Amino acid sequence: MARILMKGNEAIAEAAIRAGATNYFCYPITPQSEVAEYLVKRMPEVGGVFLQAESEIAVANMILGASCTGKRVFTSSSSPGISLMQEGLSYMAGSQLPCVVLNIVRGGPGLGGILPAQSDYFQAVKGGGHGDYRLLVLAPSTIQEAVDLTMLAFHLADKYRNPVMILGDGMIGQMMEPVEFPDSYSEPELPPKDWAATGASDRDPLIIRSLFLDPTTLEENSIILHKKYEQAKKEEIRFENYKVKPSNKVLIVSYGTMARICQTVIDDLEPEGYSVGLFRPISLFPYPEVALRKEATRKNIESVLVVEMSMGQMVEDVEKAVAGARPVNFFGRTGGIVPTPEEVKDQIKKLIKKKSRRGRPAKKRK
Amino acid sequence: MVAETLDELNLRERTCGIAPVGCSVLAYNYFNCDFLEAPHGRAPALATGFKRVRPDMIVFTYQGDGDLASIGMAEIVHSANRGEKFTTIFVNNAIYGMTGGQMAPTTLEGQITTTSPIGRNVQQTGQPVRVAELLSTLNTPAYIERVAVHTPQNIIGAKRAIRKAFAYQAAGTCFSLIEVLSTCPTNWGLTPDEATAWLQEKMTPYFPLGCFKSPESDEDSDGPV
Amino acid sequence: MPTIAVDKNHCKGCELCVKSCPQGIISLSKEITLRGYFYALMHDPSRCLGCRICAIVCPDAAIEVNVNGTAYSLFDY
Repeated sequence: MARILMKGNEAIAEAAIRAGATNYFCYPITPQSEVAEYLVKRMPEVGGVFLQAESEIAVANMILGASCTGKRVFTSSSSPGISLMQEGLSYMAGSQLPCVVLNIVRGGPGLGGILPAQSDYFQAVKGGGHGDYRLLVLAPSTIQEAVDLTMLAFHLADKYRNPVMILGDGMIGQMMEPVEFPDSYSEPELPPKDWAATGASDRDPLIIRSLFLDPTTLEENSIILHKKYEQAKKEEIRFENYKVKPSNKVLIVSYGTMARICQTVIDDLEPEGYSVGLFRPISLFPYPEVALRKEATRKNIESVLVVEMSMGQMVEDVEKAVAGARPVNFFGRTGGIVPTPEEVKDQIKKLIKKKSRRGRPAKKRK
Repeated sequence: MVAETLDELNLRERTCGIAPVGCSVLAYNYFNCDFLEAPHGRAPALATGFKRVRPDMIVFTYQGDGDLASIGMAEIVHSANRGEKFTTIFVNNAIYGMTGGQMAPTTLEGQITTTSPIGRNVQQTGQPVRVAELLSTLNTPAYIERVAVHTPQNIIGAKRAIRKAFAYQAAGTCFSLIEVLSTCPTNWGLTPDEATAWLQEKMTPYFPLGCFKSPESDEDSDGPV
Repeated sequence: MPTIAVDKNHCKGCELCVKSCPQGIISLSKEITLRGYFYALMHDPSRCLGCRICAIVCPDAAIEVNVNGTAYSLFDY
């Protein structure tokens, strides 16, 4: 299909439809209202469901109900709205229900701002609601990747019967880039959705719930969830290396929009004789720990620099993965400020200069 | 008008306003009294919390229709039903302003917004919500009036109602809510003058002006002025 | 003789005063303010009645009406 110029919010909306998610519930919130404004026109064309709810709490419960039908369900919001959806998402994980949630992250906490940020990493990756559950989280850095990951997300949601979050940010949502949609949506075979509430006509009645008063049953339920997460850790790890080579002295770890800026930094530093590589996690849960550890502990790597649009959240997972084998440093701006290539370059030069003074390792991050 | 009333009734120094998310969130830039910022729809809950702890202070919320009638519906209904002694100024402009013109619960049938591009379809999204009438069915005493600000005469009437609401609060009588029909030229896609005409022709028939509930028996008293 | 004073920084040229003045003596200036608006201007003070309708309708409280010495920015009881 031809490449067309599209705004991130709208491209993701179209990707959802192409993946067969023709049931969308939403509530307006900047910077992602365009998803709704696009889908309100598209859903009638595909005979889908579009509804603007009275709040994000209602939205979360509408998608909870809608996914019980076995049909693919989609919603999108931004940080404060996603916070309101946490109870619903916890119920969906507990009831083993699939759905895809797009979070176009904006500056926080509280009302915060409307500019891009990555300060919802903990909430998204560590599970923002109650109970032992996780969301599968995918972080695109281009509009095309956002389209591809959104379509993949619907497959993963059904495969693991668990909510999947696309973690974007205001930039991914508002930017326009050329995108291409596949002619048809192809995905590996999935088992029939015999868990869906379709009416007990030729079978016993079905109960979809997350209430298990008997502790052993509740524990068994959590164990079932965790077997799925272990399976995801084996099968759904996704990351990308950029200019990672044996000569690298510094390894940058960054995701989403921030990773793109780091690519520019790496390209600019190369002619100046600085060999820097980028490890870009795409799946934030399951986190690519093993792959990151392998890249970070290469012989010539002297230190790791984590760059985020936050006060530092993924850095904790990087430290866990590197486990002290190399010093892990952090640089970030938040509140909607997007670090410039120059700022990141300065950080790297400081790191490498500090190291070269008689080979003493860089000061550990206080 | 609210600010004037606070000065006229000499309440300013013991007043705390609450601005939720929406166009009204920036209200705190235009008032000379303490102000709190509430999450979307939750201003009545903040007002309840504040007023219960400081009943001697004057508390008011300044909310839009997306905020009050959509995400904050539960909060306003229960605050009114508990008879919380604060005042709510409810600006009804039949659209979500701050997020760029989406359909609100008060959007009229057939009205075009960014999430009702071919006009609001009431079979799909229900009828516009009449908040003043809705809250008036609650048994708890309250002062609820709907006014408008699209003509000089209506503006004067609105000022009178707002002043009465704050007078009731100062006297500790009851919960008070003034629903103010107001224009939104930007998101209605009309000039300010055309917008006042649209409000007159389209909104006032569906949202009739007047006092819907009053603590005393006779509706037209000027309250404890 | 009553006069009006328009605060140029607050006026956003919405013309509500222009349309509601019973004497039709307010119009927008040709000059633009720093904020990019044509502000309201009284072009025939002699016919002003001092009725204050312009001040009442102004959404930004940008008009002060001066009627024989007492300045009404808005109306109070």
